[in-house]
Amino acid sequence: MTEPVLATHDLTKSFGALRASDGISIDLRPGEIHAIIGPNGAGKSTLIHQICGGLRPDSGSVRLLGRDVTAEGIAARSRAGLGRTFQISALAMEDSVLQNAMLGALGHSGRPWRFWRPAHADADLRARAEDSLRRVGLADHMHMRTANLSHGQRRQLEVAVALTLDPKAFIMDEPMAGLGAEGSALLTRFLDGLRAEAPILLVEHDMDAVFALADRISVLVYGRVIATGSARDIRASAEVREAYLGEEA
Amino acid sequence: MIRERYLNLGVLALLLALALLARLADQSFTITVLTKVVILALAAAGLNIALGLGGLVSLGHAVFFGLGGYAMGILAFHAQNFAPLELGPLTIAGSKSMPVIWLTAIAVSALAALVIGLLSLRTSGVYFIMITLAFGQMFYYFSISWAAYGGEDGLSIYIRNGFPGLNMLDPIQFFGICFAVLCLVLLFSDRLARSPFGLALNAARQVPVRVETVGLSPMRLKLLAFVISGAITGLAGALYADLNRFVSPTMFSWQLSGELMVLVILGGVGRLIGPVVGAAIFVALEQLLGGLTAFWQIWLGVILLLIVLFARGGVVGLIAPKGVGHD
Repeated sequence: MTEPVLATHDLTKSFGALRASDGISIDLRPGEIHAIIGPNGAGKSTLIHQICGGLRPDSGSVRLLGRDVTAEGIAARSRAGLGRTFQISALAMEDSVLQNAMLGALGHSGRPWRFWRPAHADADLRARAEDSLRRVGLADHMHMRTANLSHGQRRQLEVAVALTLDPKAFIMDEPMAGLGAEGSALLTRFLDGLRAEAPILLVEHDMDAVFALADRISVLVYGRVIATGSARDIRASAEVREAYLGEEA
Repeated sequence: MIRERYLNLGVLALLLALALLARLADQSFTITVLTKVVILALAAAGLNIALGLGGLVSLGHAVFFGLGGYAMGILAFHAQNFAPLELGPLTIAGSKSMPVIWLTAIAVSALAALVIGLLSLRTSGVYFIMITLAFGQMFYYFSISWAAYGGEDGLSIYIRNGFPGLNMLDPIQFFGICFAVLCLVLLFSDRLARSPFGLALNAARQVPVRVETVGLSPMRLKLLAFVISGAITGLAGALYADLNRFVSPTMFSWQLSGELMVLVILGGVGRLIGPVVGAAIFVALEQLLGGLTAFWQIWLGVILLLIVLFARGGVVGLIAPKGVGHD
């Protein structure tokens, strides 16, 4: 078996009496899309936060490319190769679309301590930013103010910023949320191709997208992974139906 | 609507033209008033880097203004009294040279900003305001009780300090020096805002978590902005002390921190020329209304209220609304 790019081991996190993560061990292998599904309040966001470094687990560990990163913060994990997109867009709304993408390129370059030459005159930064905007289909909106983007375009920009980082693993928190049918279909096609560059840990409520994309699906309920398997296995699992899918069908 | 660049150049040109006219008319008092505008603008331009670019609401910038003032006061005091300054093993003769005083003022206030920043940046919002205010009060009360340098009465310097090759006793030459420093600082601020550092800082103000997610540290970006900001305000403090040939604890007062903030908000937070416009309005009101009534600040208050309620971008925002991107 190939070494996983990202792995959590026995992650546990409680908020008071609530066990938000209860011994979660999942991994992300090269070339795959691993979807995490589960009802609201199952602890998906808490899991993402622990993987990305925004929350420390009470116990357990997170390994990235074979290295234990449990003690590291968000910035260090990003530098180590995590590319995250947010459920609720976290973009600099006053800035242009290009500036948001250039921020990602700047993070990738690791050289923010430059005070004189304009950022826009830096051809490397610019090329990297423009390239990722082009890939997500925002090339025509580069000079727009980010606050003026539609909801769907902001989701695209989230993905574009993650692309500028050249991550070793993508962590995507509900990238389809609020996209509409056409937008979802487009993004689904894009993510389908993206997995060849870096595997994707995908938290998503859109079941059509999940079943179309995921190589593996893990079902999270009350902080526990109750099943992990292929789309077919998950669809067939009685426990999953009862816990989750049944509500929708 | 005016392109911002023309507005910036226009305001600076107007300031320079007024000073030259005053020189032709032999109105040295007017030149002194214009010099005050320039120096306050410089102090506020320093604050504008922390407040406008970094989003750091510092109610303690008087610390740096005062440190700059006392750096000048103490160096000049020792020089004029021929009493060397003993700092442990180090003996300094004092100095009456502006470049030496400026560098000292910059170094001392940058160091203070580093320490204050490291402690205050752990907090945010109203706690950040309170902690910077607390530092300001510490310096204020310390300066009051520091009898060696005049305590409450402050320090008088008999003759304005010198600049190589120029006569600083001539008001227009001193104005020229201050004006040149202001222009250089504004040029630097402008470049800074557009630089990679400025891009990251700008984002750190809006969405710190995004900046972390691309692998940068918002805390370090803001700390450096705070240090640069403090150093510039410190330099302004040294010039202000030289303008008045006097330093006193008032330079450390929280009212002064508040005034600097008023200048920035009046002119336009985060706008390059905002501090200059703010300082010009402030000093103009002080001079014009101050002669009519002792309560002129009531009118300043009214204007500030109108700006905050109806024109968040300040006066500059009214004249040249902020664009997006890089021009």
